[in-house]
Amino acid sequence: MNCAWCDTEIILQLSWANLMMLEKAEILCPECKFDLEWIQGNRCDRCSRNTNEKRCTDCQWWEKQKENGSFLFNYSIFSYNPFMKEVIAKWKYRGDYYLGYIFENYVMEAFREKFSFLKKEGLVVPIPLSEERLLERGFNQAKMIADFLPLETKELLTRLHGEKQSKKSRKERILTGSPFFITETINKPVLLVDDIYTTGTTLRHAARLLMEHGCPSVYALTLVRG
Amino acid sequence: MEIITSTQLEDLSKGFSGRILLRKEIPLDKPTFQHFLEHQYLIPQQSIINKVFTHQCLRCGNEKKSLFAKIPCSICNGIHLYCRKCIQMGRVTECEPLYTWGGPPPNWPTYEQPCSWDGTLTQGQQQASNHMVQAIRNGEKEYLIWAVCGAGKTEMIFPAITETLQQGKRICIATPRADVVRELYPRLQKAFEEVPVQALYGGSETKDASAQLIIATTHQLLRFQHAFDVIIIDEIDAFPFNKDPSLPFSANRAKKQDSTMIYLTATPRKDHQRRIMKQSLPHTFVPVRFHGHPLPIPTTRICFSLKKDLDEYRFPKAFYKWLSKRENSKRQLLIFVPTIKLAEKMKDSLASILKKENIISSEKMLTSVHAEDIDREEKVIQFRQKKITVMVTTTILERGVTFPSVDVAIIDAGHVVFDEAALVQIAGRAGRSADDPNGEVIFFHDGKTEAMERAIASINKMNKRGGFET
Repeated sequence: MNCAWCDTEIILQLSWANLMMLEKAEILCPECKFDLEWIQGNRCDRCSRNTNEKRCTDCQWWEKQKENGSFLFNYSIFSYNPFMKEVIAKWKYRGDYYLGYIFENYVMEAFREKFSFLKKEGLVVPIPLSEERLLERGFNQAKMIADFLPLETKELLTRLHGEKQSKKSRKERILTGSPFFITETINKPVLLVDDIYTTGTTLRHAARLLMEHGCPSVYALTLVRG
Repeated sequence: MEIITSTQLEDLSKGFSGRILLRKEIPLDKPTFQHFLEHQYLIPQQSIINKVFTHQCLRCGNEKKSLFAKIPCSICNGIHLYCRKCIQMGRVTECEPLYTWGGPPPNWPTYEQPCSWDGTLTQGQQQASNHMVQAIRNGEKEYLIWAVCGAGKTEMIFPAITETLQQGKRICIATPRADVVRELYPRLQKAFEEVPVQALYGGSETKDASAQLIIATTHQLLRFQHAFDVIIIDEIDAFPFNKDPSLPFSANRAKKQDSTMIYLTATPRKDHQRRIMKQSLPHTFVPVRFHGHPLPIPTTRICFSLKKDLDEYRFPKAFYKWLSKRENSKRQLLIFVPTIKLAEKMKDSLASILKKENIISSEKMLTSVHAEDIDREEKVIQFRQKKITVMVTTTILERGVTFPSVDVAIIDAGHVVFDEAALVQIAGRAGRSADDPNGEVIFFHDGKTEAMERAIASINKMNKRGGFET
């Protein structure tokens, strides 16, 4: 087995867990794994940002806007450090699909810890790409993460083609209208899944649309908090 | 679909012939592309083939199993193999072919006097360049030029380029480093004013490769097939060319069947040295620098507490001692350290002492540089303009870059990154100009390594072959 990032050989430490095939083998070598940065310490209970307050100022502001229908909370796993930027760029933009498997164990772990209450009837909905973008990239990174989870994945949303979120400024992101469409009504709680949470606008748009179509509650799981 | 005129077709054949491209690298709209396929101007070929126990990517030659993976395809809903090795240049997937040119071959112009450089070559340079020209005329497969650091390799290749252009042939100068492409590009443009030149490297302005004279990183050769009559590979011994098997693979494919490959090196690796000994690789040795002075011989200084100093990001005492007693304190200072972290951290401990020694007047004149530094181009330019006096660097500046008047210090010269070739190259940064042909080169170490001894011996030997007493 070679490291998914640096391609050096990984020498497996034999343990009961991997001997009994209880967990999937790590595909990152210890050196590369060390470069991943888990979000630790106090975080906003709404958006997962590192902060000493219970709820960060951004989220407080959003609450004051009294807009109905948003996700109840977002949970992110990693911070967007330089290593993560490189990994995401190669995975998502260069299209090295395999790199997504780096996150499989960690996504499942986060789900077990934070969202196991959804196990009964929840649905996983990945944030979609526009059709054009999907053709260009060949895969949807959010769908790849969603498929790691032990819940049914339903691609309920479709997306209009527009400029990449990452090319927009913060203000532009928050002000642009929702690019999403939905064709069904839905009566189950939903866990939205995306790769990066930056301003939360994408998730808010998607959550609102789901709730307008009957969804009782929306949560979000994102790999990275930008 | 408009009908293509013969001039357009000629332009297209210049742009596409000799290339091996993905669909998304071909800037043609759908109907035109279809038309080209039907007329076999563009020929699809399989991109990934099966081999015993593995596969091979036909763009980069990768056969390593861990560097292939599978991806669900959004077009045909199947699951396809793709190459992870060359993915930085766009993903090669088994369901998408690579395209090569099948239309009429391009007519490259013949130039009578393409070279507008009016300098003169030294005797050593002239001899080497005559041999290169002969090798091209005789259609020899390979030729190696072994020229010491500072022999003036760039000027030496001008006659070879001239010869190729006079024959109406196509030539590529390839080098492992993008910094070197950026440095050579304007020099080539100036030396061949009438000839269109294109520079290709990761992030270069042009992706277009329709020129007869191309300068590119060796990585860019991955997009060529049977393209060049002459390929000159600069720094053939340098990383990553000597470590990454896809680079020799692509260099080999980029040349035409009847072609000449010329290798330039100051520090040939073992395999080439062996072939030179066995006389299976014709070569010319240029032992003298263009200014006629010998190579500076490195001296060594032992520092007993070196490891402890480095742990605390301090320079060793011996370094400070040397700093206050340099032969010519007007020279700029290049300090090589083994790792990026050391480059960044050790810089800070240096400022106050450099000020005290009057080497710099403000902290702005001291900087560090390494491969991950986004400002590295700018910093190198500033050092060349003498806006920066002291630079702490990793091995990225070991070769290819020329500064006229510097002293060179290597901290922890016994570290594994400083192999024989690296040490010879680094020592070769000193004494590069005719105005100041000397420069001090000091290895600070805590125990001499074989690499250090061999480097010094080989510099002495080269000076001896150049006719200097040692």
